[in-house]
Amino acid sequence: MNPVLPLALALATAVAAGGRLLLWQQSGPQDSGSLLTLLLGESRRAFADQMFLKADGYYHMGNYPSVFDLALPDGKTHMAKESEGHDQHGHSQPLPHHRDWLEAFGHHFRPTGHRHLDGIRDGREILPWLRLSAELDPHRVDSYTVAAYWLRERLNRVPDAEAFLREGLRANPDSYEILFELGRLYAENNRDVPRARAVLELAINKWIHREAAKPAPDTPSYRLILGQLATLEEQAGNLDRALAHYTRLKHFSPQPDAVQKRIDEVLTKMARPK
Amino acid sequence: MNTVWSLAKVVVLEMVRRKDFYVLFILTVLLTGTAGSVNLFNDRSIVRYLKEICLLLIWLSGLIIAITCTARQIPAEREHRTIFPLLAKPVTRGQFLLGKFLGCWVATGMALVLFYLLFGLVSGSRDHQWPVLNYLQAAWLHWMMLGIVIAFTLLGSIVFAAPSSNGTISFACAAGMLLLGRHLNKVALSVAEPLQSLLYTAYFILPHLELFDVRELIIHDAGLIRWDMVTLATLYAAAYGAFFLFGAWLAFRRRPLN
Repeated sequence: MNPVLPLALALATAVAAGGRLLLWQQSGPQDSGSLLTLLLGESRRAFADQMFLKADGYYHMGNYPSVFDLALPDGKTHMAKESEGHDQHGHSQPLPHHRDWLEAFGHHFRPTGHRHLDGIRDGREILPWLRLSAELDPHRVDSYTVAAYWLRERLNRVPDAEAFLREGLRANPDSYEILFELGRLYAENNRDVPRARAVLELAINKWIHREAAKPAPDTPSYRLILGQLATLEEQAGNLDRALAHYTRLKHFSPQPDAVQKRIDEVLTKMARPK
Repeated sequence: MNTVWSLAKVVVLEMVRRKDFYVLFILTVLLTGTAGSVNLFNDRSIVRYLKEICLLLIWLSGLIIAITCTARQIPAEREHRTIFPLLAKPVTRGQFLLGKFLGCWVATGMALVLFYLLFGLVSGSRDHQWPVLNYLQAAWLHWMMLGIVIAFTLLGSIVFAAPSSNGTISFACAAGMLLLGRHLNKVALSVAEPLQSLLYTAYFILPHLELFDVRELIIHDAGLIRWDMVTLATLYAAAYGAFFLFGAWLAFRRRPLN
């Protein structure tokens, strides 16, 4: 048999299979064609998680539990909780007891004690890991929201925070978390009420679209968005709108009495003669 | 002692002539420079990630230099048959081993000095702080740790046939201890007997190389380590180094050379 024939057949099969694979790859969801995506493939998501934990480790000044130590029960990092405004983990915890003399000796050679990053000088140090986490996995929404929180709240770098959130929104157009953070930025930093309102209302729509039908929806995020929107409207003098949002919030809040108090305040304001 | 020192000097000179260190040093400079040139939210004063990357590269380079340099010493002497005239002179096998150890250790120490100078420059240029004593402690503890690794690799070069297998095994053991060493007791407590006792015994017997890894303290600008603790760590390293060297001598003293 002519040796050219099997070679030609192999080549034809390779070209056909290659073309088919290319079409299959292009039909899937397209991430950014970055070098990291090319090099690491899907494993980059695991690396992104590690980078995010690294940032949390920096937030704790290097004193961070390993996989062998206690895992966080709700799967959220302390750094992310702080950006959501409810990090209340034990600052006054006693130092961990030492299981043996070797462990006690080892504590002299690594950071111990519960400390957090503080001030502008230290605060910026978590940003490279969050940036890298976002580069590795652009669909990890936490990376954008936490970095934006630190940029605007701690470092007073509002334009950088906005640019990063917009980058995150391009990669995750349905993310109500990013929209909420962007709305906060417009409301609290830029004082741009119409824009903040538009973005927060879009966040509510996205939340309803993504979460409302779920058996266990992400209600804490919904409460945050509603609360932000209600406060914004109250401050802008749109009391009827604020009242509507507070009423919705009361329905979802674990502390309806506190929300009712706000509703009463708004009603009092509305009853005042103009 | 003169004999040991003469042997050590030959090893150091060989290290200076070889390209291993220069390649690793240039790689460290290039990778650190690349990491430093990345634009992170237009902020040029972010420094800790750079310290972390630079120190990681220094630790990797230190391990590679120490293990590859040590692993080839005795096999190379055998292969080139230079071990016969060397031991025919009034040089005991103990002196031979000690000379090789000292040479590799000093050569690695010289490499570390340059690496930590680079680290100090990188860190200081961004951070505008010069905690020289902290860096000295870190470099000293690093060097002590490499002493244990070198002694272990020297023992391996007598036990294992080829430098490549010795290098791989030594690197795997060192990396394993650095990554898992301090968690062995936690793992031991989570398993049933008799595995628990076995793991806990291994935890106490194995040399804890991770004790000497103070990178986190340097990165997060923690204070100085207590000097009595540094002294204890030095004694700990000396004990394990001596133990592995003694083991190497026991294995080498009656071993046929060809």
